[in-house]
Amino acid sequence: MSDTTRLADLMAEKAGLVSAIVARVKTLDEAYAYTLDVCDKKEACQLLPSGCEADLSAEAGALCETKLGKIIAAPGLSADQTRAFGEACTKAGVEFLTEGMRSHLAGIDIGFTIAEAAIAETGTFVLDSRSEELRLATMICEVHVCVVPVSTIRETSFEVEDYLRTLAKDGPSYVAFITGASRTADIERVLAIGVHGPLELHILLLED
Amino acid sequence: MQTARDLKEYRGELKSALDNEFLRTAMDNFAVAYRASRAKAFAGMDVDGLVREIALAKDQAMARMDELLAEFTKNAEALGITVHMAATGQEANEIIGRIAQNANCKRIVKSKSMTAEETLLNHHLEDLGLTVTETDLGEWIIQLRHEGPTHMVMPAIHLSRYQVADLFSDVTGVKQEGDIQKLVKVARRELRAKYAQADMGISGGNFAIAETGTIAICTNEGNGRLVTTLPRVHVALVGLDKLTPTITDALRVLKALPRNATGQAITSYVSWMTGPNECKAAPNGKKEMHVVFLDNGRSKLAKDPVFSQVLRCVRCGACANVCPVYRLVGGHQYGHIYIGAIGLILTYFYHGREKAKNLVQNCINCGACKAVCVGGIDLPRLIKEVHARIQDEEGHPLQSSLLGMVLKNRRMFHTLLRSARAVQKPVTGGTPYLRHLPMLFARGQEFRALPAIAEKAFRDQFEDIRPKTVNPKYRVALFSGCVQDFVYPEQAVAAVKILAKYNVAVDYPQDQSCCGLPVQMMGERESSRSVAEQNVAALDPAKYDYILILCASCASHLKHGYPDILGPDSKADPKLGAKVQQFADKVIDFSSFVRDVLKVEASGFRVDGRKATYHAPCHLCRGLGVTEAPRALIGLGGLEYLPAEEEDVCCGFGGTYSMKFPEVSSELLKKKLANVEKTGAELLLTDCPGCIMQLRGGLEAKGSAIEVRHLAEALAERLK
Repeated sequence: MSDTTRLADLMAEKAGLVSAIVARVKTLDEAYAYTLDVCDKKEACQLLPSGCEADLSAEAGALCETKLGKIIAAPGLSADQTRAFGEACTKAGVEFLTEGMRSHLAGIDIGFTIAEAAIAETGTFVLDSRSEELRLATMICEVHVCVVPVSTIRETSFEVEDYLRTLAKDGPSYVAFITGASRTADIERVLAIGVHGPLELHILLLED
Repeated sequence: MQTARDLKEYRGELKSALDNEFLRTAMDNFAVAYRASRAKAFAGMDVDGLVREIALAKDQAMARMDELLAEFTKNAEALGITVHMAATGQEANEIIGRIAQNANCKRIVKSKSMTAEETLLNHHLEDLGLTVTETDLGEWIIQLRHEGPTHMVMPAIHLSRYQVADLFSDVTGVKQEGDIQKLVKVARRELRAKYAQADMGISGGNFAIAETGTIAICTNEGNGRLVTTLPRVHVALVGLDKLTPTITDALRVLKALPRNATGQAITSYVSWMTGPNECKAAPNGKKEMHVVFLDNGRSKLAKDPVFSQVLRCVRCGACANVCPVYRLVGGHQYGHIYIGAIGLILTYFYHGREKAKNLVQNCINCGACKAVCVGGIDLPRLIKEVHARIQDEEGHPLQSSLLGMVLKNRRMFHTLLRSARAVQKPVTGGTPYLRHLPMLFARGQEFRALPAIAEKAFRDQFEDIRPKTVNPKYRVALFSGCVQDFVYPEQAVAAVKILAKYNVAVDYPQDQSCCGLPVQMMGERESSRSVAEQNVAALDPAKYDYILILCASCASHLKHGYPDILGPDSKADPKLGAKVQQFADKVIDFSSFVRDVLKVEASGFRVDGRKATYHAPCHLCRGLGVTEAPRALIGLGGLEYLPAEEEDVCCGFGGTYSMKFPEVSSELLKKKLANVEKTGAELLLTDCPGCIMQLRGGLEAKGSAIEVRHLAEALAERLK
C-alpha cells in the first residue's frame, strides 16, 4: 500500500470519527456533481436557514429571510473552476455565489472549498482563509463541502508547520484547521452539532 | 465566585452545593465519562513523554518572557497590529474600553476568554455604555444569568436544560422548551444577529506565537471565527503566559490540550490569525487589530523559584475534571474565577489572599490533578505552599501551631498519646472505638466511628516480636508512622510476621516519630522540617537495604516530600546532605516489597477463597505509582479479588481534611462504601492506616459486616 493511500484511508477514518461524511472523487467535476446532489437532497422544502423555525426574538427573526432558492458559495476557486461549477449550478437551478457573503449572514446552503493540506491523524483539513469571502462562506454555510487533494494529506500536524510559517511570515494571514462540523456540549454535556458554524461537513478525497 | 469571609461561611456554602442534587448528578456523570474519554483520546500515545516535553518548553519560554514579548511585538507591529501591555486587570479593561471608544465601537461580540473573566472585562465595558455579548454558548448562558463560570471549558455545566430554557424564554420573549437541540438552534439564530451588528470582536488567545506574531485560538462552536471575522475591529486579550516561542511549540501543546480538556483529538476549529486581514466592514477594507497582553502578576510568577511552574497551565480544565472535591461541590465553590486545582493557586496570585484563603484549605491532597496535568505542574504541593504562605502572612491558627509544637517534640507527642490511652476507657467503653466522644471533638464526625488508642503501641511490642534471622537475605528498617504505632499496631505486627517467615532482618529505630505529613499539610513548615530531620537521623539509610513503610501516606511523603523539605534550598541541617536522597531512595511500600523484592508465591499462603475487594490509597496509586502489586497480592494471598468501581478515587480521609471538612469527607466515603458494597465482597483490603481509619469507621457507623484489613494482615492471617 502506498503512503498516499494509507494517509487517505487514515484521513477518512479519523474524519469519520468526528462525523464528517467522507467520499472519494476522481475529478473536480465529480465533486461539483456530488455537491449538487447534497444540495438537492438538503431538505427540499426548506426555505428557512437552520433554526429559523424556532421561536425567536423579533431581532433574530428579522434576520431569517425567506430565500427564493438554494445557494452554493465557492469564493476560492480558480477562474476555470468557477466557470465549470457555475455552469453546473445554473443547470441545476441553484444560485452560485463567489462573493457577497456579508449579504447572506442569515445562512447559505452549501459552502464549497478546496483544501491546501490535510492532517490525517486527526482528520483535519487546512484552509488558507485570508480571503474574507472564502472564510465567511465556510462559516455561514449550513453544509460545508471540502475537496481534499490526496497528495496534500500529511500524517501529523507538525508536517504542516512549514506551510503555516511560510504564510505567517508573508504578511497577514488567517489559516483554519477544520475538523468536523461546528459543535458544543455546553448544555448538560449533551452533544449538539451546528452551533455557530456548519451543521454538516463533507470531505471529498480527490485522487490527484 | 468567592464571597465567604471565613472558613465557617465557606463550609456553609459547601453544604448548599452538596445539597444541589442536579449539580451532584451532572458532576458525577461527567467525572466517570471524562475518565473514559480521556483514556481513549490518549490511547497509544506516550503521554508522559509529551507532558515532559511541554513542561520543559513552557519553562524555557517563561524564563525568557521579556524576550518573547519583544519578539512578538516586533513581528506583530510589522504586520500592523497595535500591541498593548496591561500591568493589571483594571488597566487591561481600560485599554480595551479606550480602543472601543477611539474606534467608535458600540456593540461588541466576545468569544471565550478566561483572561477576560479574570479582569471582569464585561462589567467595565458595560459601565462605559457598550453592549457586550458573549458568543460561546456556555459563556452566553452565564452572562445572561450574571454568574461566573463553573468550569474553564464548559462554563454552564452546573445548569440544567430547563434552567437554560427559562433563560432563553426571557431572551426571546417566547416560551422555550427544555429541548437541548432546539435551545442550541435558538442560540444559533439569536447570536447570528449579534455578530451581524457588532463593530468589535474580542477574543482570547490560546497561543501568542512570538516567531510570527500569530494569535491562535481553539474553538468548537465556530463563534471564535465569526467574532474575529465580521466586526471591523478585533481585540485579542492574552495573558503573558500565552507567549509561545514557535509554531512547533503551539502544535505540541495542541496535541495535548483538546485531549485533556474534552477527550477530543483536536477542536473543530483551530484558527491561526497573523495580523490584520482583509475586512469588508472596515473603512479601508482592512481589520483594525489589537493585542492586549495582561501581566497581573505573571512576570513576577515567572521569576518565582517555587511557583513559576503554574505558568505552564494550558487552561484545559482537566485538574477540575478529576478532582473528587470539585465533583461534589462544583466550580462556584471550588474556585473564584479560575476553578479547579490551578484555580486555587491562581486565585491567590491574581485575585488575592482573601479570595484564596478558604479555597486552598479545601484540597484533600489526593493527587488526581497532578496525574493528569498536561504541564506536569505539582498542583497539590503548590496548593499547600499557598496555604502555608497565607498562614505565614495572616498568622497561624492556634490548632495548627499547637499541633506543630507537639509533633516537633517526639517525647511530648508520645506521652500525650499514652496519657490519652490511659484515660480513654470512659470514651471507648472498652471497645476499639471512641464511642462517647464529647461533642466538642466529635462535631460533624458522626459519619464514622473514630478508633481508640491501642493498649500497647507497636514500638513497645517490637522487641518481643523482632525476627530472629540467620544470614538474612535483606535488612530493613521499619517505619510505622504514628497511626500504626499507636492505633493499629496489629498491622505492623502482621507485617513483621511475614518478614520473619521470609528471613528478613528488621529494625525498628525508636527515635522515629510522626512522618510530618499532617503538619506539612497545615503549613507548619518548621515543624515539618524538624520531624523530617529527626526521622532521617533515626533511620540511617546506610545501614539498611530498604526502609519499609506500611502507610502509603507516610511512604509517599518520605520518598517525595523529604528531598524537598530537606533539600539544598531548605533550611535543613546541612550535615544530613546526601543521606536525605539515599533515605528517600530506599523507601519502599509493603506491597512492592513483598511482591517485587521478596517475590512471595501463592504456595506460601492458604487458599480460603474469601471474597475481597480493594481500595487504592491516593498516596500509593498516584503518590508512589504502585497499582499492580497490591492487587496481585490479593490473589497470591489465597483470596478472590472482586474489583470495585472507582477503586482509585479518594476515600475522603485526607488526614486533617476530614476534620476540617467532614461534610465533604463523609460524601466521598459514602460513594466509596457504596462501590465497595456493590462488589459483594466480605473483605475490604487496602494499604494505608489512614484510609483504614476512614473506611472501617464508616462501615462501623453503618453497621456493616464488611471487614477492613491492611494487606499485611490479610496475608499474615493466611501465611502457611
